[in-house]
Amino acid sequence: MISLKGFITRFLSDPVAIVAGTVLLFLVLMAIFAPFLAPQNPYDLMQLDIMDSEMPPSWRVGGDERFPLGTDAQGRGVLSTIMYGTGISLLIGVGAVIVQGVLGVTLGLVAGYRGGWIDAFLMRLADIQMSLSTLMIAIIVLALFQAAFDANTYADYAIFMLIVIIGVAEWPKFARTVRSSVLGEKNKEYVDAARVIGLPPRRIMWKHILPNTLTPVLVISTIQVAEAIMTEAALSFLGLGMPTDRPSLGSLIRSGFEFIFSGSWWITLYPAIVLVMLILALNLLGDWLRDVLNPKLRRGDD
Amino acid sequence: MAMLEIEDLHVAFPKGKKAEVEALRGVSLKLEKGERLGVVGESGAGKSMLAFSILNLIAEPGRVSQGSVAFHGENLLELSERDIRGIRGNRISMIFQDPMVTLNPVLTIGTQMVETLKAHRKISDAAARKLCIAKLKEVAIPSAESRLGAYPHELSGGLRQRVVIAIALLTDPELIIADEPTTALDVTIQAEIMALILKLCREKDVALILITHDLGIVAEVTERIMIMYAGLCVETGPTQQIIQAPHHPYSAGLLKALPQFAGRGTRLYQIPGSMPPITALPPGCAYHPRCERATELCKAQVPPLEHGHACFHPIDQTEAAS
Amino acid sequence: MHILAFLLRRSVQAVIVMFVISLIGFSIQDNLGDPLRELVGQSVSEEERDLMREEMGLNDPFFVQYFRFLGNAVQGDLGTSYFFKRPALDVIMDKFPATFELVLGAVFIFLSLSIPAGIYCAIHRDSWITRFIMSASIVGISVPVFLTAIGMVWLFGVELGWLPAFGRGDTVELPWGWETGLLTWEGLSHLILPSVTLSSIMLPLFIRLIRAEMMETMSTDYVRFAKAKGLSTSRVRYVHAFRNTLLPVVTVGGLMIGTLIAYTILTETVFQWPGMGFLFLEAVNRVDTPLIIAYIIVVGLIFVVVNTLVDFLYTLINPMVKLPGAKS
Repeated sequence: MISLKGFITRFLSDPVAIVAGTVLLFLVLMAIFAPFLAPQNPYDLMQLDIMDSEMPPSWRVGGDERFPLGTDAQGRGVLSTIMYGTGISLLIGVGAVIVQGVLGVTLGLVAGYRGGWIDAFLMRLADIQMSLSTLMIAIIVLALFQAAFDANTYADYAIFMLIVIIGVAEWPKFARTVRSSVLGEKNKEYVDAARVIGLPPRRIMWKHILPNTLTPVLVISTIQVAEAIMTEAALSFLGLGMPTDRPSLGSLIRSGFEFIFSGSWWITLYPAIVLVMLILALNLLGDWLRDVLNPKLRRGDD
Repeated sequence: MAMLEIEDLHVAFPKGKKAEVEALRGVSLKLEKGERLGVVGESGAGKSMLAFSILNLIAEPGRVSQGSVAFHGENLLELSERDIRGIRGNRISMIFQDPMVTLNPVLTIGTQMVETLKAHRKISDAAARKLCIAKLKEVAIPSAESRLGAYPHELSGGLRQRVVIAIALLTDPELIIADEPTTALDVTIQAEIMALILKLCREKDVALILITHDLGIVAEVTERIMIMYAGLCVETGPTQQIIQAPHHPYSAGLLKALPQFAGRGTRLYQIPGSMPPITALPPGCAYHPRCERATELCKAQVPPLEHGHACFHPIDQTEAAS
Repeated sequence: MHILAFLLRRSVQAVIVMFVISLIGFSIQDNLGDPLRELVGQSVSEEERDLMREEMGLNDPFFVQYFRFLGNAVQGDLGTSYFFKRPALDVIMDKFPATFELVLGAVFIFLSLSIPAGIYCAIHRDSWITRFIMSASIVGISVPVFLTAIGMVWLFGVELGWLPAFGRGDTVELPWGWETGLLTWEGLSHLILPSVTLSSIMLPLFIRLIRAEMMETMSTDYVRFAKAKGLSTSRVRYVHAFRNTLLPVVTVGGLMIGTLIAYTILTETVFQWPGMGFLFLEAVNRVDTPLIIAYIIVVGLIFVVVNTLVDFLYTLINPMVKLPGAKS
């Protein structure tokens, strides 16, 4: 482990970490304060004017001061949709990782602590789920939901569905890491001591083992948020995620895609840049955290 | 000229971006043809580092920062990669500590033996296999012929170490460096393997550098001893002499800790404290925090290696006798 | 254990998995949409409907219907596509060669690049090329595959106009009915952008994986022992280290099959590549339930077959595991 002071010192001495952290902070603040900062409210249909559609960025011929990054086919300002869309992407990313974390940490603790057939069963399930791939599971489940419900119902539950599906599909990553930490900690003296005093197993698990597994969980979480945002973007791009009237970054790219070839590149390009910056910042921070907190943890065989 | 002559060898590892720490801090030794030397010390004393630096096999990011390793007068550290390869496994062989991880798990025993021969000799496959079988028989592996097609995991630890020894002997080397060859084995077969190594070295007049933390083994097998502590040689000399009358307090401590040297019914001795890591060596003699004879001088200066020991306050014979 | 025993065991596992997938497929069919309405429309009277319902066995208990479904499925009958009015399996299999060749192209590209790059980065840890590849790989991991696709289409297809960006071009029909695009320049040129795109997401992952595993095997005792035996550098690297690197790489490769199939859907959508993924998405938009189910079952089957092949490959290169799934 590393002290908070050492942690900050390491952070400040690494230019990559500073840039990634700044970008992430900027994007998060932008998303949180979007309702106050954005020039328009893209959800408010009254503010939209179809006459404003497909305007180029303001510095180009035909641009308009009100829309610095131009407008999309529905006349929404691209800057405003990005600010709101980043929020939705982040919300789904963080929400899904919270679901993954709670589910994965709990099941990982149970598997590692209990062992036996519960462990075997959970790990086999984790294997199967990992090899099926989250994106594939999500595509099929969402495709079926879309087929089963009408568009309006689907749109209402889209955020919730995305968080739950991406959350449930990715629990094995957390569970495996926590399980191996538990197996490492399980035979240490303090756990035995707790058992000898007569503390019940559940309390031993939560109170003693959990804090020791937090470091790897923190590292994984960062990278998992990036992956969840990427998965959400892919699903939305396929039309299986967020609907276009409450767009995430992925659905913005989807709605802009058909206009690229007619010359309206800005509808796609700006959300794409923000999406890549967001994922890249999270990935860089995740890698950095892993190097600082736990040099032994590697990506690839997680 | 001695067969092997190591002079003031330093091995350094980077610490942080600019600094370095030394794992070996200037070690010298001489070895004659057919001579058997035991290198003794706790783990982390730099014994393995010494072994690997002879063949210029220090793992990155470590490096030999100073000194020379002369083999028949030729500095091995200055040889080209190609030339040193002609020495490795040919004129100087190594036996590693843990036979479970020394042999490549995905290659057969035969492949791993034949490739060694082919690296050093112009020899046909058939002749190489024949020689390999002969060597496997020499190290007393039952049904040697059928073992060539076996994978390492199909053999027990003891058999695997015999295979490693057979590989080391394949090219009739002049020197074998054995790095804790029995530590990872079951207690019951440790003696067998050690006896085998000793027998083969004697028969073929092969020199041996035996690296171990076990003074008992060294006493049985070797003619000379070198005792290492924190990257330095603290005492060296003929085996019998050191075992009977150690001069350095650390050597004395190691000996006292041996069950076979402790009197019946007496409590087993333990040296107080533990060896400091190379990243945090105390000033002066690295042993002084654990030494009952230490004085201010020991804290200030590193004692030079003179008369076979590096100590300002050596135990002398009369004192030891009392 | 014998190779036949291995295959038998894996077949049993595969049958169980397929059984579960078919059960899921059937429950979807059972709950999603009314086959009768799709077939006859609204114009038929209520009595006639009931009669047809009874004739088609739609009033039978769940499991009777399921086993009928299963029986048909085994014979290759996965229902009739509402949109194409043809057997769903036929519709899918027509599109299979396109997806297969896309994946083949992508696998070829990322294997032929990631292995040398991964080995290079493991051996020359501090060279500037390694630093560049490693930095580029984290950027590569962070760009979603559909953005790469859009970028490719825009740059090479539209702005530069070097390569065709949509569809498969003309294909040649092989004797057994396989439509291939690999035999003509036109077919190959259409394949380039989609397969490069599909490989772009796997490439950085594999470079990092191969590098990490190779670095680990290079620091093992058996590699050190191989060096101490005086073997040549290339033998130490490629025979001793790389063969052991392959083991985890094959395992992870097996785990990536699902992801790869998912990415074909994205890639095919952007490039309008007439493969199974593109077809599937169209089927979802048209609520063509039999086609959706047929896709799920075919993909499940591909998944099971490829996984078995990967396990088989693993046993071939790893003498320690004679038989995955066998009790040791």
